[in-house]
Order: sequence, then C-alpha cells, then structure tokens
Amino acid sequence: MNAYVGTPTSRVDGRAKVTGAAKYAGEFAADLLLHGFVVAATIPRGRIARLDTSKALKVKGVVDVLTHAHRPPLAEQDEAWKDEVAPEQGSPFRPLYDNSVKFNGQPIALVVAEDWETAKFAATRIRVEYEEEAFATDLESERTKAAKVDQPHKPRGDASAALTRAAVHHEADYVIPSEHHNPMELYATTAVWDGNGKLTVYDKTQGVQNVQKFLCSVFGRKPNEIRVISPYVGGAFGSGLRPQHQVVLATLGALALKRSVRVVLTRHQMYGLGYRPMTIEHVALGANRDGTLEAVMHEAIAVTSRFENFSRNDTGWGEQLYKSPNSRLSHKLVHLDVATPCDMRAPGAASGVCALECAMDELAVALKLDPIELRLRCYSDRDQSEDLPYTSKQLRACYARGAEAFGWSRRAPGPRSMRDGKELVGWGMATGVWEALQMPVAVRIVLTANGHAEVSCAASDIGTGTYTIVAQVAADALGLPIENISVRLADSSLPQAPVEGGSWMAASSAHAVLGAAEEIRQELVRRVKAMPASPLGGVDAPDIILVDGTVTKAGDRSRAVSIADIMRHSKLERIEKEKLNQFEEEKSYARNTHSAVFAEVKVDEQLGVIRVTRVVSAVAAGRILNTKTGRSQVMGSVVWGIGMALHEETLMDHRFGRIMNANIAEYHIPVNADVHDIDVIFVDEPDDRINRLGVKGLGEIGIVGVPAAIANAVYHATGKRIRRFPITLDKLLD
Amino acid sequence: MNNFQYSRASDVADAIRLLAADPSAKLIAGGTNLIDLMKENVERPSRLVDISRLPLRDIEETADGGLRIGALVPNSDLAYHPLIEQRYPLLASAILAGASAQLRNMASVGGNLMQRTRCAYFYDTATPCNKRSPGTGCSALDGLNRNHAILGTSRSCIATNPSDMSVALAALGALVHTAGTTGQRTIALTDFHRLPDDKPHVDTNLGSGEIITAIELPPHGFARNYSYLKVRDRLSYAFALVSVAAALELEGNAIGEARLALGGVAHKPWRNLDAEAALRGQAATPDHFGRAADLLLQGATARSQNGFKIELARRAVVRTLMQAANATPQSQAHKKIA
Repeated sequence: MNAYVGTPTSRVDGRAKVTGAAKYAGEFAADLLLHGFVVAATIPRGRIARLDTSKALKVKGVVDVLTHAHRPPLAEQDEAWKDEVAPEQGSPFRPLYDNSVKFNGQPIALVVAEDWETAKFAATRIRVEYEEEAFATDLESERTKAAKVDQPHKPRGDASAALTRAAVHHEADYVIPSEHHNPMELYATTAVWDGNGKLTVYDKTQGVQNVQKFLCSVFGRKPNEIRVISPYVGGAFGSGLRPQHQVVLATLGALALKRSVRVVLTRHQMYGLGYRPMTIEHVALGANRDGTLEAVMHEAIAVTSRFENFSRNDTGWGEQLYKSPNSRLSHKLVHLDVATPCDMRAPGAASGVCALECAMDELAVALKLDPIELRLRCYSDRDQSEDLPYTSKQLRACYARGAEAFGWSRRAPGPRSMRDGKELVGWGMATGVWEALQMPVAVRIVLTANGHAEVSCAASDIGTGTYTIVAQVAADALGLPIENISVRLADSSLPQAPVEGGSWMAASSAHAVLGAAEEIRQELVRRVKAMPASPLGGVDAPDIILVDGTVTKAGDRSRAVSIADIMRHSKLERIEKEKLNQFEEEKSYARNTHSAVFAEVKVDEQLGVIRVTRVVSAVAAGRILNTKTGRSQVMGSVVWGIGMALHEETLMDHRFGRIMNANIAEYHIPVNADVHDIDVIFVDEPDDRINRLGVKGLGEIGIVGVPAAIANAVYHATGKRIRRFPITLDKLLD
Repeated sequence: MNNFQYSRASDVADAIRLLAADPSAKLIAGGTNLIDLMKENVERPSRLVDISRLPLRDIEETADGGLRIGALVPNSDLAYHPLIEQRYPLLASAILAGASAQLRNMASVGGNLMQRTRCAYFYDTATPCNKRSPGTGCSALDGLNRNHAILGTSRSCIATNPSDMSVALAALGALVHTAGTTGQRTIALTDFHRLPDDKPHVDTNLGSGEIITAIELPPHGFARNYSYLKVRDRLSYAFALVSVAAALELEGNAIGEARLALGGVAHKPWRNLDAEAALRGQAATPDHFGRAADLLLQGATARSQNGFKIELARRAVVRTLMQAANATPQSQAHKKIA
C-alpha cells in the first residue's frame, strides 16, 4: 500500500513552523534561567596572559564569569572529546580548557547573568592580554607545506605517463574559498537544571545522541544524568553534526551554577565554528581525439586546523563518473591557525566535482565536443575504484531528460555566440554525484486502540522533512491515515539514531519504520488469529496486511477485522514495538545518486553583471519518498549552488588571521533577485538492490554540479574561464 | 553593547540642548545603522536622544517650486510619495536601490545621510581603523579593499559612503537644513559629507549639537531623462561597488543641463562640475558620455583589489547616461540591467 510514499505530501510539521508553535533550542523556558554571553579570542594563536573579569563581575546582574581558570572540571583525554563525527586524527578543541588560543573567534570566557543584555554588556568589560605567537592562515602562501592524507583510492595504471602521451590534455587549478553555513537559526542551547546533577539540554544539533554521549564523556556524567532534545532545527547543513561550543558552555554554566543556563551564539560568533574548507583543486585530464579518457589526475589541497585533520573525498568522484584506464588521486592538508573545518552540504563533492566538471568542460572545448557528448563517451557503468557495478545508475537518463527540458539541442556551441540585447547568454552543464549511504536506526511504534500510532526515534529533522517521511512510511506500513500518525524525534532518550547527515537519514529512518511496523503487524496477526471464528483463520500470516485501520487478507477485503476490534478483544490499550534496522553488508555494488545540471546565465557584456536565469536539475536518486519536500530540498540546493558559483566567500585578512565578513550583510548568499526559474526533474530510477523501498537520499545531490554548470555557462557566455570562485563581476571585466 | 542613558526629545530645541550637553550623546531615529554599530561596540554613545517623535515628517512644496522633506520622513514614504515619483523619480529610484523594504520602512531621511561606512575594519574592534579609533592606522590600505574608495582617498582612510539616496541628492543639488546651538543654517548636500583627509573619524560637516531638520530639493527634478544604476555583487541587498545617478535636460539630442554623481567610490557622493560642464551643449552620444566619465574619474587611484572599479565606474557612467538619454531609466524592481 502506497497511499503516501512517493506522493507530494505537505510537511506534517509545517503548521507548527509557520505559526511559531515549533520551539527551537533557544526558545525553551526554565525557572530562574540564566543567560550566557560568549567572549571570543581576537588573536589567531598564542596564550592568554591575563584575563581580568573583575569589572564584569561588578556589573549588577552578573552571576559569574567562567574561564579556563574558573570552571568545573572537564575531561582531560582527547578521546573523551571525540564525538562520533570528530576526525580520527587530532585533538578536538575544548572550550575554556586552558590558556591557549588556537584560532580567532575561539571562546575564552562565558559571562553568565540574569539577562542576556547584561551578559552582553558585561562581556565588554573583560580585559584580555595575550602572548601572541607567529601564525599562518593563508592556504595559498602555505601551499608548499601541504601533507598527504590517506585516501582509499589507489592509483590505477600510470596516470602521469598517460597524460604525457594523451593527444589532448587539460590541466588547471580551481580554487574554492572557505564558506560558512549561515543557517537561519543561531546556534543555541538551553541547559535546564533538573536538580540532583541532572540536566535536560535543548540544543541545536543534527544528532542528539551524539551530543548526549559527548556531554556525558566531557563532563564525566552518567547516561541518565543528561538528556538532549532538539525537536526543531532551523537549518544546519553539516555545521551541527559535531557538538558545538555553545552546548559545552551552557552545560558548563549549568553545572557550575546549578541553575539553568541559555547560551546563544551571535551571527558573528558562528564564524568561529566549522566551515567548508578552502581547497585548491588541481585537475589534469588526458584524452584521445575521440573523447575517451586516458588519464584522470586530481589533487586537492585543503585547509585544516593545527589540531585536527579534517578531510573529505574531493577527488574520488571521477572514478565513479568517467572511464579512464589511468588515474591518480591525492588529498593534501595544510595545517593553519584556524578553526577545524567541518561538513557542509556535499562535503568534498561540492568542491571536488566543481573542479572536475569545469575541467571536463574545458576538455570538451579542446576536443570540440559537446559537453554532454564528451561525458557519454567516457561514461562509466562501474565504480572504477572498487570495480563494482551500481545498484542503479540512471545518469544517462538525467542527461537526456535534463537536456530535453532545458532545450540543450538549441545551444550554439561557440562561446559568445548567443546574446539577448546587451547580455551575453551562456548555457552550461555539469554532472553531479553523491553517495547513497544507510545507517542503523531504531524506531519505536506505539499503536493505540483508537487506531493512532506514535512513531519515535532519536533522529533529527534539520528542516529536511524527516518528520514527514517517517509519518508517510508509517501510515502506509500500518494502513492508517497520516493524520493518525504522530512522530516524535530528536530526543536522546528515544530509540537509537546516528547524526542526520550524509543524505542517509531518509533511507535509514524509513526502513527502521518498516521494521517496527512489521513487528506491529505480526503482533496483530497473532492476535487476530486468536480471535474466535476469526475471519482470517486459515490465512497465511504473510498474506495478511494492514489497510484502512483493519487487518485484512491481501486481495480479499471481505476478510478483515478492525484494529480497534482486535485490541478490544485482546484487552489491549496499546501495542508497543521497537526494532533496530540494520542494512545487510552488501559489498558487491556501488551505491550512488546522480544528477545532470543545466544552467543558463545572462551576463551584461559591459558591466559583467551575471544573472542565472534558468537551472534544470535532473536527479536520479532512487525512489523519491516525497516529491514535494524532495523538490524543495533540491531547489534549495540549487540556490546554494548559485551562491557557491557567484557569491559565497569567507574573507580573511591574513595579517590578523581574522574573518572580515562575519555577518550576512557582507557574506553574500543569493537573494530572491538572484534566483529565477529552477526546474527539478526526478528521473525514474527503480532500485531493488539498494534497499526494500529503493530509497537513496536527496540531502546533498542537489548542490553537486551546480557551481560548475554555472561556471561553464559563464564561459560559454563570455569566453572567459574563471577558475577562482566565486565568479564576481570584476573577474569578467577586461 | 554599552549601557546608555535614554532621553526622548520634546522638540528640536530640546534635542539640540540634550546633544550639546553631552558630546558622546547620539541622536536616534530609525536606528537601522546606529543600533548595529552599538551591537558591535563600534558606537558607544553615553546617551541616546530619541527624536523619532518630533514633527519632522512633512513633505511640503517650497515657494520656488521645490520640495522640503522633513528629516524624519521614512525612506519608503519618500520613495513612494507622489510628488517624488512624479517630479524627482531619480531620488525615488536611488532610495529603492538601497537596503531592503524593512530597513527602508524604518530608516529616516536624516539618518540615511548620517549612515556610516561599511568598511569591515571599521566594524571590527579587534583591528586598527582611523575612522573608529583615530591614530590606530588604516587596515584597508593594504588589506581587504576590493570595495573601497578610488576617489578622494587619503593615507588615513579609503572608506566609502554607503548611501544610495545621497548620490541622487547630490546629483539633484539638494540642500540640507540644520538647526544647532548657533541657530539654523543650510548646507549644500555636496558639502555635507567630508573627504577623509587626516580626520576620517569625522564623516560630515555637521557641528556638535547640530541636527538635520530637513532636506530641500530645488525645483528642477529631471523627471524625463534620468537614471540610477547600482552595480553590486548580487542583484539586491548589497552595497554598491559603483552606483551612478545621472540626469539630463535634452533638447532633441542636445544636452542642456547635466548632472552626474557616483556612489560607492568615495567618502562622499562624488560629483565633478567639470564633467557636467563638458556635457552641456553636446550631443547625447556614448563618446561624449565616455569623455564625461573620464573627467568625473580624473585622479582615481586604486589599491590592491579595487582597480576594477575605475573601469567599472567608467562603463557604468556611460550606461546610466544612455539610460537617461533614452528615457529608459533603470528599474529597481526588475533586477535586469536595462
């Protein structure tokens, strides 16, 4: 029964969000709530020589100022600070741990006061003296210090030799700047003191259980002493995967003062959190005249902090997309005096595929081939890194459907060959690829006699629609109207879930719901068969399904008993089942989502002003659970891709090691005027190998390829190849 | 944010008295810039003198056929006022090119003239800035200066004035009416803002204890041939890289009076009478417009990142003058450049 799965279902939490009934971490009230304001370091590296809090403490309403020298105990071992998303190598940052300053914007004190304004004012009364140390924050000037990190991709063949031999070759650096997430909701935690050392922590996070374990570990508490809740999240995009500064600080404050404490970071302070690391992506492609590839070389040089090795897969995507007998990939890190980067929508791929797809466009120009034709000539039906087939790969259909919807066949191939009045018109395309991961998730379903079911799980909904798809899948599996399903998420006391990220939560939570619903069905079957003169007597259990609030024989609705009757007869008020779903380890297939992105830009020939007037994104991501929220998710990704292509750049002054546009007036993202037509096409991609529902996930795929499609369109419009992002108009002026 | 006293002025004289009595007091009307700066600890007024309820919200015709605009008229009200739309569409267009609808609803006309630079170093108290902390040095000179001034700069400061409205007012030859401890006076808009020289912390020629009471527009509004073009890094809600206010009086294709002002390029709206004189009596052609642009940009100098602005400004001037000449002014609602 699929009354809901695959249909455009409105968000079940939409009303709560637009009416304000949905509460976010910084909105929970508590008796005698205190407010913490963070004081941040103003140097990138050194030691705090003196931190004078006396004037702040004298401000009326200030309760305390916590510093490294004045705080409750914190764990001393690195392992205690490693949350489930922490890089394997390194020593995670510890707020207020000692007097060392590791990056600009690092929290160095927490002023706690009876109200937020007082805390904020008192923060200005704190005097800090530093012993400054020499520092470096510029990736480009420190590029030669890059050190290689282990990557799973082994070299194939001899890429260097093949590149030298190749009839046509293209080689270039593409530079992607650091970018910050800027979710609408500020990072906030309300740590509620429940008494007896127990805390309920309302936190903005992508993983309540990750935060709960982390807090217990950092503060040496028992699991039953800290509960973490995060019912709604106003965007996070990866910045909330790891526990952030404010949750440590609010918890620290509550434990120190035995009172409830709220800490909300300012927009400026959020630039002291993680970010997409700046990368220099070096891509070299060698091809035969017919457009088949001989060599793919891709090296990424990325920023990380001095204290943690953060790296992602920037360079491996060519292995999946383009057939080549020779390849060599490497990822290098430069350690700088900055905060550790973190995941940001399609981490690795958004940057690496951007470079790869710009390089492919340049190769197509060199070969005088249509960009789609080039991609088809080296289309890979196997993931070459492991030499595996895909569970499904409808990328050819993405190219075809996207091209048709866009009108690609009407494209004049030469640059500067299309125009609309004073504007040059450019059409560009690129491929997108991401992983289809799935994780163990447990779900509890409580079915009550009134035909209502509560479905609960610790997974977060970071605005992506988890509440809605969980309700859809549960409604179908239990044969109930969606109105009868209530969903509880993001409470660490609920059944197990990993952080919400990597595009894995849709498939993972959906199958966990199926697992728990199956347990419910089996229980109902047992009960119905035990009824005297049961209309389902003699029917094999597998042939019994749940439909319209009844338990019925598949194909024979005349043999049915209502859930209410079964429960009444069994003298049950409720049936409760919890099930952990684990996916089978299946290593004989590669699992990926794909897309083909087409962009039209119009560039004012004199002034260089760029408008992205049309984007078509054709996505193959298995079965789409909810075509309405799914479409919105991809549209949002496309908008972000416009920003990555044209606007986003965290600007640092390397003389001070400080971010200088730490606000959303000067850190540009697209506004409505920058966004025109976006057409999202979901390409049919049946996949019975990946999982029962054939679901792959949509969180990341929508952004991958968009910046390259736009950059390629800018080249097509202007004849100028901009390899340093974002593409601002000054780069197009002669 | 620091703690401050708050006073509500009962009338203009009261506001002047409160301001004159406390050199670190600040006037507050819409607060759209001042409050931001207070949050960043850039402005630390000892006292806020609230003038938002003073009766300075009228738009009246003057005896000579111009308009007198009260200092507290919200930017939105001014932009959509029928007399402004009909007679001074250049001003309406410039206002609508700035900020967002919400900010324009709050911001006052007088406050718009008083808004401070968006230089990142000015906003960051952890870095040197002569405008914020005189004598500490200018971080922008050799720093992030992509959006800094190319005209009228000094060794002390290369900040720009961020206002769009002021650029149109400069082109229109507006006057600023003020009242202070020594009585009332009138300052030409083009003399209202200062160049940085060695005192970049002083943005305007307004005296201490002096407040803006009104803006006066002369009768000639150039309602037929005008355009305001703002070139920026995204298509709305960004400060100008370069903006141009252009107004022409045309007889056939011959230029009578011409007005030209640039925004985003200097510490004040940039006008050069030589450039306008060079247009008078000439045919409205791209060549003549280019020559005027060259005159207007005479003396332009670039730092490490803002050299593109000189050529961009030149092209923007020509385009805006063409829009004005063709009576196809830039629309601020449709973000496509005409």
